[in-house]
Amino acid sequence: MSSSPPEAGALPAVTSAAVAQAPLWQAAPLTLVLLGFFVFPLLATAVVSFWDYTEYALIPDFTFRNYHEMFQGCADFSAGGCTTLRTYLSTFRLCVMVWAITLVLGVAVAYFLAFCVRSDMLRMALFLLCTAPFLTSNIIRMVSWVPLLGREGAINRGLMQIGLVAEPLEWLLFSEFSVVLAFVHLYTLFVTVPVFNSMLRIDPRLLEAARDAGAGFWRTLWHVVLPLAKPGMVIGSIFVIVLVMGDFVTVGVMGGQQIASVGKIIQVQMSYLQFPAAAAQAMVLLGLVLLLIIALTRIVDIRREL
Amino acid sequence: MERKAFGRRAAVKAGAAMALAAPAALAQETMVLRYLGTAVNQHQGIKEKVKQDLGITLEYIPVTSDDVVRRAVTQPNSFDILDSEYWMLKKIVPSGNLVGMDAKRIKLVDDLTTVFTKGTVNGKQIGDHGTAPKEVMYLPAKDGKRFAASPTQWLTLIPTVYNADTLGIRPDKIGRPINSWAELLNPEFKGKASILNIPSIGIMDAAMAVEALGQYKYADKGNMTKPEIDLTIKVLTEAKRAGQFRAFWKDFNESVNLMAAGETVIQSMWSPAVTAVRSRGVPCVYQPLKEGYRAWAAGFGLPKTLSGKKLDAAYDFVNWFLSGWAGAFLNRQGYYSAVLSTAKANMAPYEWAYWMEGKPAEQDIKAPDGSLLEKKGAVRDGGSFEQRMGSVACWNAVMDENDYMVRKWNEFIAA
Repeated sequence: MSSSPPEAGALPAVTSAAVAQAPLWQAAPLTLVLLGFFVFPLLATAVVSFWDYTEYALIPDFTFRNYHEMFQGCADFSAGGCTTLRTYLSTFRLCVMVWAITLVLGVAVAYFLAFCVRSDMLRMALFLLCTAPFLTSNIIRMVSWVPLLGREGAINRGLMQIGLVAEPLEWLLFSEFSVVLAFVHLYTLFVTVPVFNSMLRIDPRLLEAARDAGAGFWRTLWHVVLPLAKPGMVIGSIFVIVLVMGDFVTVGVMGGQQIASVGKIIQVQMSYLQFPAAAAQAMVLLGLVLLLIIALTRIVDIRREL
Repeated sequence: MERKAFGRRAAVKAGAAMALAAPAALAQETMVLRYLGTAVNQHQGIKEKVKQDLGITLEYIPVTSDDVVRRAVTQPNSFDILDSEYWMLKKIVPSGNLVGMDAKRIKLVDDLTTVFTKGTVNGKQIGDHGTAPKEVMYLPAKDGKRFAASPTQWLTLIPTVYNADTLGIRPDKIGRPINSWAELLNPEFKGKASILNIPSIGIMDAAMAVEALGQYKYADKGNMTKPEIDLTIKVLTEAKRAGQFRAFWKDFNESVNLMAAGETVIQSMWSPAVTAVRSRGVPCVYQPLKEGYRAWAAGFGLPKTLSGKKLDAAYDFVNWFLSGWAGAFLNRQGYYSAVLSTAKANMAPYEWAYWMEGKPAEQDIKAPDGSLLEKKGAVRDGGSFEQRMGSVACWNAVMDENDYMVRKWNEFIAA
């Protein structure tokens, strides 16, 4: 899909001005859609975050109240930091755990699909199988963990029957463990797909060359496969980080609503018509996620690699 | 030429007259009322009966209770009938999007239960902590944005349904009598208790427990001061850190699952959720407690944009709702209806005795859809209407310090 400049001589009927304008026209629909549905709402959010509000009304204003309330008490670490800080730390911790696990799993699955499976048919069939978790609704998928992990769920019953534990394990459900488990279950695919795509582009001759030069499996993986799969890994990481940072449904359901997340705070504020406060939270969250993504793209120049 | 033109004009006139007449007749047949409210009150049975009796099609718009407020405040053109809870009025009425309902157009206005008009049950004063309906029942004028202290001709909502909420318990897992809200924070149920993660309601359940433990006596549980909010949240936070709560729930189905799966044995609950747990064959009791109930009430309001035939249809619908059939329908599900006399006339004597008088069922009690709810001989949890509504301690509410409370609640969740 490269846009090589058209040769002027090949299209004598078209003036050079029209040629110069053509890409603009081609880009216009997407630009308009992005302006209308992305840039404008974002600007509106930014503006509203400086508004004041009451129980039932938004008051156009320029106040730092929302930001001020958000960071109130954040300089005082004696009580374990302010809510905002604790919430972001909790969200970050979840994010890092989920990111690390999905990355390892996603790369492993993609490697298996790309290099271990020989037949193209089987590869596609297995790849489609990876999307199976997405065939049910989000809520049902999460709710179905309860009979499995619950106090009287299948795993606890099994463990007790074979005598491994005497009491049901409480930490299986409504804990950080269950939240991370649900996230990994959901989002591994988002890493697998781009990494799989990157790996398929690796010239098999490179692997053969590595083997001929005497590299073992791990060495080939580390020095040949992973560097070439980096763009996929970065794209997958961006997906996972963005999804986990903004989530409130999975953390809510799997964490028994007891684990704080930034998304949850925004949702609560929205439901109490505190739109400006929610907008301020959203702006801070957006800023942090953007910083993370910038850091990631510093590691790998995605544009060049693609 | 002249004659011809005249003739044509006459024809146009006649056509116009017909055209004018036609939509009127058509409108009568296809009157649609967009009904905004929570799914809990949007019964298919009521929709069908309204169509049959009035020829009005109800178009249900089911949203969460938070969204009812949000839509009423921000999009008053998107509905014709608002099914709102009374506590929401403190947020909606100041926006000026609701119009006072004319008492003169409500036939049974004098028969509305005294729970709403006076805050009494059988002459006995009931608890009025929180947003008690009588406080937000009337407007000083048709387009008033504040509440009137005494009854006027203009009603904010016409009450439809209300109930008294308490804790649900698993008697098979607890194995001893429970009679106080204090049990919610009893370490005996460590890791097996739950409250709702809806700040304005959750904090009141917590306040009931704090008061029952004797830790503090609130002037008004439904309208706490900042120090009172701090204290309540502190008690909750300590309990949470000690592992008292298994989970918090936000949604009806979550509460049913927690209880039915044995994750919790004592938790805040709504009455139909208890029925849902029981219908799975799991024992569950909606336990009356000595400190009383937390009550809620809902009613119909009209957006100020309504006029003409739609307005008439809305009044027709509200009058129909009070006329008995719907009241009986609600009473049979364990809710209470706003005009008791008409509901009674539409219920069998044995049904009235079970649901409203707290007497043992003379025969099997069936739900409106015909499924078996209780076997012969069963007694309703909490007893009669007088016992249950008479023991109301507080009402679902919006506090003056709501902003602060929500911030503190978020702190509690993050703790």
